[in-house]
Amino acid sequence: MTSDNHVDGNAMGGLLMDVFGREMTDALGGCASCGSTHVIAELVVYRSGPGDVLRCPSCTSVLMVATPVPSGPRVYFSNLQWLASRTDPGQPKVKQ
Amino acid sequence: MSFISRGFRGRPKVEAEAGRVPPGQYVTADFPVLSAGPTPNVPLNEWRFTIGGQVDKPLAWSWQELLALPAEDVTVDIHCVTKWTKLDTAWKGVSVDTLLKNVPTAAEFVVAHSYGGYTTNLPLEDVTDGKAWVAYEFGGEPLEPEHGGPARLLVPHLYFWKSAKWVRGLEVREDDEPGFWEGYGYHNYGDPWREQRYAGD
Amino acid sequence: MARAALRGRLTWQVADLVDRIDETPQVRSLVLDVPNWAGHQPGQHVDVRLTAEDGYQVERSYSIATPADGNRVTITVERIDDGEVSPYLVDELRVGDKLELRGPIGGYFVWQPIDGGPLFLAAGGSGLVPLMAMVRARVGAGSDIPVRLLVSSRSTGEVIYSDDLHSLAKDHDGVEVIQTLTRAQPPGWSGYRRRVDREMLAAIAWPATDMPRCYICGPTGFVEAVATALVDLGHLPQNIRTERFGPTGG
Repeated sequence: MTSDNHVDGNAMGGLLMDVFGREMTDALGGCASCGSTHVIAELVVYRSGPGDVLRCPSCTSVLMVATPVPSGPRVYFSNLQWLASRTDPGQPKVKQ
Repeated sequence: MSFISRGFRGRPKVEAEAGRVPPGQYVTADFPVLSAGPTPNVPLNEWRFTIGGQVDKPLAWSWQELLALPAEDVTVDIHCVTKWTKLDTAWKGVSVDTLLKNVPTAAEFVVAHSYGGYTTNLPLEDVTDGKAWVAYEFGGEPLEPEHGGPARLLVPHLYFWKSAKWVRGLEVREDDEPGFWEGYGYHNYGDPWREQRYAGD
Repeated sequence: MARAALRGRLTWQVADLVDRIDETPQVRSLVLDVPNWAGHQPGQHVDVRLTAEDGYQVERSYSIATPADGNRVTITVERIDDGEVSPYLVDELRVGDKLELRGPIGGYFVWQPIDGGPLFLAAGGSGLVPLMAMVRARVGAGSDIPVRLLVSSRSTGEVIYSDDLHSLAKDHDGVEVIQTLTRAQPPGWSGYRRRVDREMLAAIAWPATDMPRCYICGPTGFVEAVATALVDLGHLPQNIRTERFGPTGG
């Protein structure tokens, strides 16, 4: 990314806990667009006002979009193909 | 009674005349930078604005051709769905009426496309009759990339997510096709005066 | 117990401010007493929420600066000019006031001594806060894991925890602190005087063959430059964890 007006998935920790009911930043996600695997904490996050856009660090495609609808935060899935728990907190199982 | 933070007053209130600020909005002197993705970097010699879709003949303008078109200076209030309103913003740009002048069409909708992939949809009648511009100057200066430069769509009567940054063209359509935020729960039309923020409002 | 703790993490709690510590002219640490705090890991953060009398609410996230210590949670806040929340937290909030927060949050950018080392930490500006919790945890646990902490600041007046950094390095074998001042250096300064680059990291970070665990925190540009350089130097991406604070540094 050439600009630095983004943060990362760590910033989404509270919202993702609201929606999923558990800590999610250490989960693994697969990109349907380029096939790469990334820890949610490492997703490229654009905190746009209408919502937060979580993009794939490898190919920039949109994986999830979180919007603050009045009833509570909602996470839309776009190119996030799968989610998985990290079984070994020390080492990810797949090379990134 | 929920918790109140002692001594916290929120933003300083900027005054505005009654009736000028849509419901639920507050006036700001800032111009927040909010983006859904990285700021595109489009060299001006490669920049194009196109009109395509349900038209007899697609049209395209280069940067120089856009600048050669008759332009207008407009001062408008703008309203973001995140509740900030900015009064008396000064822009220079080409009216969409000028761009659509020789484009007969019976279609009723457009989708604005941007460099970087952003889209937003509008009824054709909401970008015509003096309601919309392709703007390339803000505050008397060339529009900065972080605010949508070199050129963005400007549609001030709707929430500002409809004013697509880094606009690259309008696709004319017979049917309505939700754009980026419209597909993520935001209102399909987005009238600030009826507070149409989310789908179902 | 686990379920209660899980529910507690999702709900807002009211904490009491019990102490304020001036770190720099722009930065203050807030020592909070949080009833029934279930503890936290170094690197985690809390979400803080302010509510005005008209109901207007705003939230921000702040890293916890200290390891778990009963009900005590310390956050360190940098006053951002024209900020909405930080001027209130730094200038207005008084001992005895209450603050709404929830947490701890974060499951990836965390480190505890049992995770092993050696540890390489790189901090840009206020990115030092969560890394300080890690260093304080290492010291507090009596661990002998080697730690190198690189601190990048614009000038000496902007170095957070300046005294603590000095004493941590002096009093504890295996804890090294390397500083770079990127804008202004005092007379006689013998540390680095430029932005962190590959050459600096090659000199001071653990060699890639040592397989260090690396944590980088600070403004987005800083974090990405350091992470890229470490990978260039042969460190495996899976051994590097990052937390970006955005263009303003949080």
